[in-house]
Amino acid sequence: MLLNQFLGLAAILFCIGVYGVLTRRNGVMVLMSIELILNAVNINLVAFGAYQGDVGGQVFALFVIAVAAAEVGVGLAIVLLIYRNRRSIDVSEADLLQG
Amino acid sequence: MTNFLSDGVSAGDIVLAGIKAVIAFVICLVATMLMVWFERKVVSRLQNRIGPNVTGPFGLLQTLADGIKLFFKEDIIPSRSDRFVFQLAPYLSLVPAFLTFAIIPIAGDFSPGNDGTVTLPGGQVTGFQVADVPAGILFFLAMSSLGIYGIMLAGWSSGSKYPLLGSVRATAQAISYEAALGLSLASVILVSGTLSTSGIVQAQAEGGFFGMNMIVTGFVPFFVFIVAGTAELNRPPFDLVEAEQELVGGFHTEYSSIRFAMFFLAEFMNTVTMGAIIVTLFMGGPSAWFGLYFLGWFGGFVWFFAKLLLFLFMFVWFRATLPRLRYDQLMDLGWKLLIPISLGWLLVLGGIRVAQNGDIGLFESNTADVIFVLAVSLAIMAIGATLLQKAITNSAQERLASRGLRSVPTQQDLAASTTEQDGGH
Amino acid sequence: MGNVAEVIVFLISGAIVLGGGLGVILNRNPVHAALSLIASFFGVAVLFISQEAHFLAFVQVVVYGGAIVVLFLFVIMLLGVDRAEQVRVEQLSMQRPLAIVTGVMLFGLAMGGLFLSGPGGEEGAVAATGQQSAMVPIDETEPNVRQLGLDLFTRNVLAFEATAILLTIATVGAVVLVRNEGAEDLVVDEPGTSIG
Repeated sequence: MLLNQFLGLAAILFCIGVYGVLTRRNGVMVLMSIELILNAVNINLVAFGAYQGDVGGQVFALFVIAVAAAEVGVGLAIVLLIYRNRRSIDVSEADLLQG
Repeated sequence: MTNFLSDGVSAGDIVLAGIKAVIAFVICLVATMLMVWFERKVVSRLQNRIGPNVTGPFGLLQTLADGIKLFFKEDIIPSRSDRFVFQLAPYLSLVPAFLTFAIIPIAGDFSPGNDGTVTLPGGQVTGFQVADVPAGILFFLAMSSLGIYGIMLAGWSSGSKYPLLGSVRATAQAISYEAALGLSLASVILVSGTLSTSGIVQAQAEGGFFGMNMIVTGFVPFFVFIVAGTAELNRPPFDLVEAEQELVGGFHTEYSSIRFAMFFLAEFMNTVTMGAIIVTLFMGGPSAWFGLYFLGWFGGFVWFFAKLLLFLFMFVWFRATLPRLRYDQLMDLGWKLLIPISLGWLLVLGGIRVAQNGDIGLFESNTADVIFVLAVSLAIMAIGATLLQKAITNSAQERLASRGLRSVPTQQDLAASTTEQDGGH
Repeated sequence: MGNVAEVIVFLISGAIVLGGGLGVILNRNPVHAALSLIASFFGVAVLFISQEAHFLAFVQVVVYGGAIVVLFLFVIMLLGVDRAEQVRVEQLSMQRPLAIVTGVMLFGLAMGGLFLSGPGGEEGAVAATGQQSAMVPIDETEPNVRQLGLDLFTRNVLAFEATAILLTIATVGAVVLVRNEGAEDLVVDEPGTSIG
């Protein structure tokens, strides 16, 4: 296997995630797309780690997973709050601060 | 450890893996069928009934008859359901139940000098488990967390309110108890020093009867694991998921025919697998007690199933005797008792480990260090438990006060009010 | 044969990863999207195993599959927003085409970085990335978990502790955010019945 095959796969996944973040209006779906982006990053980290013969890449991916868990927890709490205040989780409706 | 992919896979490996998978599948299926019969029979006996006794000797074929009957029933899909997910959910429930069985060593000679493997005529060395994964026991955690999806999606896709309530309960319960399950598992991993299931069995086999993890880890993780495991299985007394009196049938209310049979099968298969996991982790799996090894690998098989039967009987016994918990009691038990205890115990075990390695060096001997660590950590745990109890009581009272309710009268309050009334007369 | 097996595993898991990813962004129904997300995570876990990251693969399944997606589904069910997103007038005009353009441009950028950069400069189009994925094999005599643990608790111990604090803050933060002051209709646990 060549390293750039992994990197190419991760790049495609990353772009899918970016598209999702930009187009979905459902708050939960936006968070899911962010998870896709983080997974693309994880693929890269592990691939680079294997390339360098070092477990550092895997350790870094472990940190990314832990941080993703924290991010989802807080993110979903915010979505829940938006829903409680506006009866909808459409992120484009949460625009009270818009001038 | 070599890279299995770049080193190549020989045809023999593939054939061997196929044969092992088929054997494990058959054993798992037969064990599950017998478990259904066993449970019905034992519960009947405990309730002073006879139980299935018509089909086959002792009613042994009752499960088979029921299965065939379910095959020919009409398969109903509710019109308000999400068809795709509704049809997918039973498989999501059944497949993880099967897969977990793949990492359990069900036989093998673990007597001193042997590692439970046999050399086949073709020169291949293999253990009596489908896959000896390097991080094997994590596979169990992964599969048990995936098993939730079957229940969760079944309830959601039915498009009906009782199944949805059942599945929401199931999810909350499974997430809560998985933490306790994982923490007590960590204690086992800590004392065994390996993540592979066969490695864990071997580590226990070296110590004989007193080398069992149940004793080595000091019983607490063992009991936590049994309670959390029972809750994870949604078996009584933790079967709020399918509480008949409240939720009709729980998450599988809308299921019929073969799809219902699959949920039923998955449930009992999970019970067998959980028993097998407990045997592997805490009771030494196929290794013999008191050095009573016999007949090579087949003896391991006998030992394994003898120990497994013990736990299966225990699960049935639970069901026949214990009343169901209320939902808030269930959550309290998980979050306020099991998780703190297993976490604290894990820290104690870690501390003891460090002291045994002689890394503390407060006293002359390591034994004195161990005793010191034990005393200090027990004191800290006692303080922690008191603080936790205090916090729980305080927050409960605050919540009552904030809702404008008088707190539930304590003994002193009652006593005071009685004397007041007495004084008034 | 070894290399063939490797390529087959990569192709299948890569297809699952990308198919799952597409499912997440194209499915109208959030629950179906969550299912696609699980599939995608599984593909990634298989990719990890094919690169000898066993522990990480299981952590991926346990944390992502067992906790994060369950949390997603839980919120979707709890809010009852599981019916498909209504297709209404888009608030930002041209949002979708612009997002496609952005995605494709990002992809082009990444691909350019992959194939055009490298130590050789302009003429050395063969960048470091065109080489074997495992140039130096990770030490294979020790179990993967031991290596990870050693690295985690020596080189990265500070980051480890920072992550622990982050997780604590996130937990407390989530609880504080969704706490519903004064309107609790949960079962009140009377003092005396609590088991702790």
